[in-house]
Amino acid sequence: MNNSKDKYSPDLSVTIAGVPFKNPVMPASGCFGSGQEYSEYIDLNRLGAVVTKGVSVTPWEGNPVPRTAETCGGMLNAIGLQNPGLDLFIERDLSFLQGFDTNVIVNVCGHTEAEYLEAVERLSDEDRVDMLEINVSCPNVTKGAIAFGKDPAVLEDLTSKIKKLSKKPVIIKLTPNVSDITETARAAEQGGADAVSLINTLMGMKIDIDRRTFALANKTGGLSGPAIHPVAVRMVYEVSHSVSIPVIGMGGVMNGADAVEMLLAGASAVAVGCASFNDPEALIFVIEGIEDYMIRKGMKNLSDITLLQ
Amino acid sequence: MKEKMIAKVTENKEISPGIYDMRLETRGLNASPGQFFMLYTGDGSRLLPRPISVCDCTDDILRLVYRVAGSGTSLFSRLKKDETLEIMGPLGNGYPPEPPENAVLIGGGIGLPPLLYLGKKLSACCSVTSILGYRNSDLFLKDEFDRISKVSVSTDDGSLGVHGTVMDVIKNDPSLIPQGSVLYACGPLPMLRAVREYALSEGLKCYLSLEERMACGLGVCLSCVCKTSSTDPHSNVDNARVCVDGPVFAADKVELN
Repeated sequence: MNNSKDKYSPDLSVTIAGVPFKNPVMPASGCFGSGQEYSEYIDLNRLGAVVTKGVSVTPWEGNPVPRTAETCGGMLNAIGLQNPGLDLFIERDLSFLQGFDTNVIVNVCGHTEAEYLEAVERLSDEDRVDMLEINVSCPNVTKGAIAFGKDPAVLEDLTSKIKKLSKKPVIIKLTPNVSDITETARAAEQGGADAVSLINTLMGMKIDIDRRTFALANKTGGLSGPAIHPVAVRMVYEVSHSVSIPVIGMGGVMNGADAVEMLLAGASAVAVGCASFNDPEALIFVIEGIEDYMIRKGMKNLSDITLLQ
Repeated sequence: MKEKMIAKVTENKEISPGIYDMRLETRGLNASPGQFFMLYTGDGSRLLPRPISVCDCTDDILRLVYRVAGSGTSLFSRLKKDETLEIMGPLGNGYPPEPPENAVLIGGGIGLPPLLYLGKKLSACCSVTSILGYRNSDLFLKDEFDRISKVSVSTDDGSLGVHGTVMDVIKNDPSLIPQGSVLYACGPLPMLRAVREYALSEGLKCYLSLEERMACGLGVCLSCVCKTSSTDPHSNVDNARVCVDGPVFAADKVELN
């Protein structure tokens, strides 16, 4: 199969916090459920990981509707972390993921420190969980989440408490809604985080001029999509040059080229968010796009994707 | 594996101001009344697909009647014969297919197209009554409802039929809905609320097709939820997903506050 020199299979594998990934591509939490719905459209075994939607100890109702609004090159959402709670998540969603040859990263949210710690402790005992991603960055809930992610001291403290309990590597998901994201990234690292992921959505607002009211019932929502990609690339670059732990980059990745940009900016892996809403096969196209790029550039390993200066 | 499809437009004409009737060449689609398709704009600045209800579906033609409501549907309205667009579906549950003794279709505005498809299917097996609400005398699709059902009309401006809403039609002539009828409704939220109240108070079986802002259309993003009267088994809270658990719900299973 390798007799033609431009026909070869580049190695997309990468290891993050001791966990081997077959490729660096995964869904962004909240844009993929627990994978069951999308498994009718794509082969989950091809993904580097499945990242599940934020789960909390007890079920959460989420926000009133409308929860979504399209904007130019993006979308606002204010789902409000609706989730079925840990019991049903473990029984149904984690069980569904048992059969797949891909990593499982569970995104964890909570109203209080105690809720985060309880969820982390329980998920630590689940064999199917490979890593935990701590959501301290959702802008759409009034208690918890982002309240823990904006203040470096609070974030470092929560991270260190989670690290003491967790038997799984811990990723801290960072918000871009701060004046200097490298401060919160360093706080996560100081607290013992094994990796950081960024960016969560940028807080925004849309007003319906005909109805003369807010497009979202929550008034504000998180902006995602290609509109935020350059902001995300800049922040991934800044953070990956400020901390020594791996960075998972996300924000408006629509295709292989966008993903390569994230990798060049310093990310070790890439998450794909609302691109899946635009095309259920987006994650696969991103993997193939990275492969095509590496072949075009004669790169053999993912680590060859580096900036020239 | 399921996937998006590319469909060729065979016809796309304005049948009433802002209302378009589009026919797409498809093969072997089996869409039920009440189900919908996601239509993609193909424009990178408009990320999200638009959910459009099925107005008819045969072996080789998918018919979608839609209203231009924004930039996405405006793009669709400009598609010409032989141009293509990406679609995905059919999605959602659709109306229950079992024919009742007497079916009453209650619709308003752009809620009418899916009811026409339902009426076509049901009229082969039972008697069908249609109560249709319009803004004014521009009665789009009414001639097609006439062919399959006994039709009563209301208009907001009183220019034709009963002056008022579909509920005024029912108040004027309660005999339109004999005991044992099953109601099938689709239309604006205030109409659905009124129909729901009426059905619950009269003890009639009633199915409502809901509309809500969607992103994925596959039950993943949890954008398009509606309040349920008891805990939903999937969400584990009192929210159901309109895109996959609906869009059709039994009236007593949802709260329309």
